[in-house]
Amino acid sequence: MSILVDKNTRLLVQGFTGSQATLHSEQSIEYGTNIVGGVTPGKGGQTHLGAPVFNSVHDAMEAVQPNASIIFVPAPFCKDSILEAADAGIKLIICITEGVPTLDMLVVKKRIDELGIQLIGPNCPGVITPGAAKLGIMPGSIHMEGSVGIISRSGTLTYEAVKQTTDLGLGQSTCVGIGGDPIPGTSFIDVLKLFEADEQTKAIVMVGEIGGTAEEEAAEYIRDYVTKPVISYIAGQTAPAGKRMGHAGAIIAGGKGTAADKIKKLQECGVHIAENLLQIGAKAKEVLG
Amino acid sequence: MNLHEYQGKQLFAKFGLPVSQHKVITEAEDATNACRDIGGTKWVVKAQVHAGGRGKAGGVKLINTPEEAVEFSQHWLGKRLITYQTDAEGQLVNSILIEECTDIAQELYLSAVVDRATQRIVFIGSSEGGVNIEEVAEKTPEKIIYEAIDPLTGPMPFQARKISKILGLNSDQAKDFSKMLPQLTDLFITHDLSLLEINPLVITQGGKLHCLDAKINIDTNAIYRQPEIQEMHDPSQEDPRESEAALHDLSYVSLEGNIGCMVNGAGLAMGTMDTIKYFGGAPANFLDVGGTATQERVSKAFKIILADPEVKVVLVNIFGGIVRCDLIAEGILAAIKEVGVSIPVVVRLEGNNAEIGSKILAESGAEIVSLNNLEEAAKKAVELSK
Repeated sequence: MSILVDKNTRLLVQGFTGSQATLHSEQSIEYGTNIVGGVTPGKGGQTHLGAPVFNSVHDAMEAVQPNASIIFVPAPFCKDSILEAADAGIKLIICITEGVPTLDMLVVKKRIDELGIQLIGPNCPGVITPGAAKLGIMPGSIHMEGSVGIISRSGTLTYEAVKQTTDLGLGQSTCVGIGGDPIPGTSFIDVLKLFEADEQTKAIVMVGEIGGTAEEEAAEYIRDYVTKPVISYIAGQTAPAGKRMGHAGAIIAGGKGTAADKIKKLQECGVHIAENLLQIGAKAKEVLG
Repeated sequence: MNLHEYQGKQLFAKFGLPVSQHKVITEAEDATNACRDIGGTKWVVKAQVHAGGRGKAGGVKLINTPEEAVEFSQHWLGKRLITYQTDAEGQLVNSILIEECTDIAQELYLSAVVDRATQRIVFIGSSEGGVNIEEVAEKTPEKIIYEAIDPLTGPMPFQARKISKILGLNSDQAKDFSKMLPQLTDLFITHDLSLLEINPLVITQGGKLHCLDAKINIDTNAIYRQPEIQEMHDPSQEDPRESEAALHDLSYVSLEGNIGCMVNGAGLAMGTMDTIKYFGGAPANFLDVGGTATQERVSKAFKIILADPEVKVVLVNIFGGIVRCDLIAEGILAAIKEVGVSIPVVVRLEGNNAEIGSKILAESGAEIVSLNNLEEAAKKAVELSK
């Protein structure tokens, strides 16, 4: 077991023939991911990386029946690509692209919620179930099949947590990067719910960062509904107020969303805190005994 | 991206919102004509900077003669205004807004933001304007209304009535506000705003609603489709190193410490800063070189970090995901050579081909401390910064 993706995942790549999509698709295929096709409008009929290229998601749906899609198209076109995949009936959509306008996401989020679609991202590293499938841009080699479920708003910081749990022999059930944007398709809570129900997952690592109140909301959900141990690290403990730290989400405004606020709330709700990012793996090991 | 008050008011006017008659000047000598063109016998002069708290800092003044406007402009143009919202150096004043004077009967508060929790544009209104709204929210939450706009329906008249009630408007004013709410929403969406704040929104002696201030932030991700807003960009209001970094797609924020940081990924960059602090050091900056740390970007990043005279040591922390660490190591060496780095550099490479990368650095003869463990690297950087 795992969450979201497994060996039955049939992946469609939107923006397939672009350079980033090509690079990461090659690595995903190498990892064992079943890429059934790709979409690049105007290039339908070609073959790319051994998979068929289609003009639209609908064409791909008819020909190769994908059940997940990953989006690499440039930010101005993401709204269209996400809604196209949704309209074609794909239930898991992962948007890697960063820089999607917030107001585009406002509309997209409302629509995908109505349709009951799981959108991961945008501005995220994707999802990987070690040993089964890699739908994203994370390095496959640092992962190991195991018992820790990882959720994170960040990319490389997630790799750090992954590496530590691999080095300590714990491994991961599934790792989900939800992205650092103000309006993410999937929240911490959505993923916590899935990990709680997943047998393979014995502990959950939640990597958060300053800005917004997603961690605080997750903390309350954990207190009320999650029985598995949760370990959390919050990045940005030293960030000064009012400064934007790269991620659109990581802004401290009006004294809300500071690392201290989040840590306090998480602790109150029974979450184990890794004070430093170096301690994430060790804390997970300690909690799992 | 932030706009000046006068730019915000230009946008307000374009969308039919009530703003004062005004002129913007960049030369003190133009102040006299500006006052005459506006007319009347009383004006307000306001130094234009991207920061709040201007009034208390002397950057806003009520004047009775055009000569005073000239005097005020001569005093401020080319100087830096320091307010509680700026850093110690303040912000450069390169334009002055001159407005007709508004007789205020009452000050209200109105703003709109993209709210992450409800995932809607939310209007925030209060009868308590012109003051610290956070304090109002904390002490008298009943005096504040939060009204979310459904993207499907847009703002509805009943929502305008709800807000009007909390603002304490009379029926004529409420009628005017029911026109303002769609205008503000239209402005917000048309120009991809992330924040719009009118503090204060006033009721004049004549009983009319009037936007006395205009604070606007634009969603950086959407700038590409906002040509009119791009024209309004004022680089003089930004940290020159931060603007330089942005030009090269590097995300940089200068801080007070002396350990320069170069990291790939925003989250890991913050985590690295936290680690430095944890071991007793102080980061000089936040710098995200992005997922693809090419030699060119690494060079640029070194230049930007070293432009800060406080920096005593540079800590490079790269988690090579898809990028190969051996390529990054070569990039770092080339960059160090090109830029002529004369202070110690601590490099931590992890991930893809990290060992080969470390070996390249070790055998280069360059003065680099290469460690593939973040804890050791951070400790070393802190030690060298003392």
